Amino acid sequence: MNNNVQKNLMAGSKIIIESLIKEGVDTIFGYPGGAVLNIYDELFNYKDKIRHVLVRHEQGATHAADGYARASGKVGVVLVTSGPGATNTVTGIATAYMDSVPLVIFTGQVPTNLIGNDAFQEADTVGITRPCTKHNYLVKDIKDLARTIKEAFYIASTGRPGPVLIDIPKDITSSVYEFDYPEGVELKGYSPTYFGHHMQLSKVVKELLNAKRPLLYIGGGVIISNASPELKELAELIDLPVTSTLMGLGGFPSEHPLFFGMLGMHGTYAANMAISNADFIIAIGARFDDRVTGKVEEFGRNAKFVHIDIDPSSIGKNVKIEIPVVGDVKAVLNSILEMLSTKSEEISSTRHNRLKWLEDINIWKYEHPLSYKMNDIIKPQYVIEKIYELTGGSAIISTEVGQNQMWTAQFYKFNSPRTFLTSGGLGTMGYGFPAAIGAQIACPERMVFDIAGDGSIQMNIQELATAVQYNLPVKVAIINNSFLGMIRQWQELFYEKRYSFSQMNANPDFVKLAEAYGAVGLRATKPDEVEDVIKKALSIKKPVMMDFVVAKEESVYPMVAPGAPITGMLLV
Amino acid sequence: MEKTHILSILVENEAGVLTRVAGLFSARGFNIDSICVAKTLDKNESKMIISISGDTQILEQITKQLNRLINVIKVQELTDEDSVVRQTVLVKVNADETTKSDIVRIKDIFNGRIIDVSRNSYTLEVTGSEKKIESLIDILRPLGIKDIVMTGIVAIQRAKKLN
Ligand SMILES: Cc1ncc(C[n+]2csc(CCOP(=O)(O)OP(=O)(O)O)c2C)c(N)n1
Ligand SMILES: [Mg+2]
Repeated sequence: MNNNVQKNLMAGSKIIIESLIKEGVDTIFGYPGGAVLNIYDELFNYKDKIRHVLVRHEQGATHAADGYARASGKVGVVLVTSGPGATNTVTGIATAYMDSVPLVIFTGQVPTNLIGNDAFQEADTVGITRPCTKHNYLVKDIKDLARTIKEAFYIASTGRPGPVLIDIPKDITSSVYEFDYPEGVELKGYSPTYFGHHMQLSKVVKELLNAKRPLLYIGGGVIISNASPELKELAELIDLPVTSTLMGLGGFPSEHPLFFGMLGMHGTYAANMAISNADFIIAIGARFDDRVTGKVEEFGRNAKFVHIDIDPSSIGKNVKIEIPVVGDVKAVLNSILEMLSTKSEEISSTRHNRLKWLEDINIWKYEHPLSYKMNDIIKPQYVIEKIYELTGGSAIISTEVGQNQMWTAQFYKFNSPRTFLTSGGLGTMGYGFPAAIGAQIACPERMVFDIAGDGSIQMNIQELATAVQYNLPVKVAIINNSFLGMIRQWQELFYEKRYSFSQMNANPDFVKLAEAYGAVGLRATKPDEVEDVIKKALSIKKPVMMDFVVAKEESVYPMVAPGAPITGMLLV
Repeated sequence: MEKTHILSILVENEAGVLTRVAGLFSARGFNIDSICVAKTLDKNESKMIISISGDTQILEQITKQLNRLINVIKVQELTDEDSVVRQTVLVKVNADETTKSDIVRIKDIFNGRIIDVSRNSYTLEVTGSEKKIESLIDILRPLGIKDIVMTGIVAIQRAKKLN
């Protein structure tokens, strides 16, 4: 009898790919090199089952997998070689870690007998990535390979999601072992809490019904846990006004009458005033980032706080929380809704008491709406409003970092979850374009835009070749102010306009550059050209790079100076 | 508020766990005063006893983050009241005809042992609370300490007393 068949013996490289198939992976983003050649050779046999997207830089692979994961809710998978391949992924991994994005990154490693020898293309990948992964592994024995992959996918996608890295020495990929993919995982030290504590929840419900000026402050956790429907139901049930962090945008419909925009440093006047005047704030899957709170002692100074989060270490980190609730946002909101379902009398009286509060917030909204002044130069905000209009608000939008990011957050109205992809935590310039590529691969039928800065786009511009190779109709809208605009803005406001090294004096001709890559380049230099350029771009089923030559010294308002209370807004 | 804390951390006995745990402290610029790691009855698990001084609130945050590590099974803060804390010291002290008997007396007072003897030195082994070890050192210092090695502290929770 054929023993090999009976025992299902396989080389490590095949075990890896069979494991990926067991995990339902059909797309990976990668770049080959010596340490992963065995895996690449095996991938060649699986071309019909697994789509490998060849990027042009490993940072691009990680961001693309990240964009894929954020847009689809699935785990993004990356495959790169040892040494420089692995170190090139670090920024992408740290970006995903900060924003709780589920990734599994496979890095090649030198053969086990050479580890620690300063071998060719050796780097201590596990050491380097330890502080920016949810967990990482060095597989030193082929016996552990399948189990490790199983655990990695489980850890990446459960609890507070995050990137998990598996470092695999080359000899492991060639040695042979029985393939037996585990059914489950056994992790003594890992068991996320999904359901909120009943007693805490009944406190929340009681206080919520008694509160005079309640407010929901939502973050990325709402999107990660797919809790938008529950959130909407709760807000509508008792007329709760909602404000969102950058990461939470899309978690609640921006055009909903109960939505008052983003809060924080570049938040709306209404949102920041509401936070400061509320008497009861429920933070949902948000983490009180310093860009949100401003001077933390003043944040929500008149309010009691509830904080719902799956990660206990997020709760009470920066702000004192009266009622902490550890749990999955969706599960917790469902429990709260269930508890409220028997309280219709209280609800109608509490709704009645809220009218004044909602009116106050609406007055703030009308006193100081988001605005900008038009003239004969293109205003960045106008470009974004037009993109919103012409896509009917249904595009997936990624951004780079800087003013382009903040204007997008302010002027594109995100109405559904997983449509806004941005590096909120790490603030990584160069994120948006590869993330858009990943999103387009996850959602081939959707319109996908990267709203970019002229500085940021140059950080991963090489991925134009990837977009062209896979014929992805991603659109890049460069808000070209010939400046590292956000840096310039800070220099204008806090450094007496000393524009120290923030000018982009030698930007390439982005139209020609796009053409050189085999993409389409378009340009608008006057306001009345903007609409045509966007329409034209939308009609082309190819990657298009649009160069919007905009006002150079436009600033993002409102703005709260760093460390100031968020009511201290500089307005337009 | 600055205070000394003792954390008892049950972890999986795997490569890299110590670095993960230590990394959470070093990332915040905390200096670990002492650390002891050894396996438990279950050979797949180790117990770490970490003693550290620092801001109570920040340590609370670190404790939560320790719990977040996949290989950490349980984190417990041990307090002086509810636990027994011990440390062992090996100290090599100058010994001549005039001081030998003093050293032996000190050893007896501290319930220690003499574990090595040479013509001009005695090496003592003493186990006790941190305070006890400190006072031993104070007493031996005038005699001339040639070398000293201390373990980190180990600590165990006291059994619950029945009312
Ligand atoms: C990798 C990286 N380096 C530096 C920064 C600091 N930084 C934040 S915004 C910004 C300017 C971005 O310029 P641009 O892409 O042109 O966007 P704009 O602000 O002009 O819209 C810089 C340099 C960063 N966020 N990321
Ligand atoms: Mg710019």
